[in-house]
Amino acid sequence: MAIVVYSIAGLFLGLGAVVAITGGVGAIRMPDFYTRCHCAGKGDTLAQLLIMVGLILVALEAYPLSNLAVFKLFFISIFILVTSPTATHAVARGARHDGLVPWKAGDPRR
Amino acid sequence: MNDAVVLRTTAKLLMPFMMVFGLYVIFHGEAGPGGGFQGGVILAAAFILYALVNGIDKLETIVPERLTDVLAAVGVLIFAGTGVYTMLAGGAFLDYAQITPSNPEAGQAWGMTIVESGVGMTVASVMLTLFREFATEPAE
Repeated sequence: MAIVVYSIAGLFLGLGAVVAITGGVGAIRMPDFYTRCHCAGKGDTLAQLLIMVGLILVALEAYPLSNLAVFKLFFISIFILVTSPTATHAVARGARHDGLVPWKAGDPRR
Repeated sequence: MNDAVVLRTTAKLLMPFMMVFGLYVIFHGEAGPGGGFQGGVILAAAFILYALVNGIDKLETIVPERLTDVLAAVGVLIFAGTGVYTMLAGGAFLDYAQITPSNPEAGQAWGMTIVESGVGMTVASVMLTLFREFATEPAE
């Protein structure tokens, strides 16, 4: 039974790692500030969600008698889920307020 | 920043959790990682977030400048008072075992909790005072 749970947890962790790397590549490759914000904000939020689900499964299997780690991971996940998009929103909003014009197809990278 | 609905809603949502976590870190100091300093900073960060989103004038309505001045002094008073009390009870300065002489371990736990709450109070107040001094325009 443990092997099944660990396999599913590993699947979630691997998927989370792939999404995190995708977000990181996007944050470097995208052409301007707003598109980079998009990658960094969304990629990290989804990646942490997948990784936390994987870790919660591991914690449930490894410590069946104590749910403390599960609750902590759950609340950390909820916290990042709320704060990460808000931080990205605030940064992008600040850039827009400052007059940074969004990139359009054909413009040079900046 | 009057129309920052997302920021204001998130700050309102997170503030109580930040305060509870700050108090948890303060009072968990004797049994795990944490303590008055770190907890006080987290507690102050909740109010600083409020001030960043709603403006420094709104902070004045929930935490007046006078309150932080008084609490910064009261925290030090609690810290030093505990030390002086243990001296009067017959031990050294901050000799927590004197608080409950019949059970030294319980006395040490109590002593640390009381002292840490004083430290947390002072640190949170001083953090808020520093933030306020930096954020407000100097009165020329």
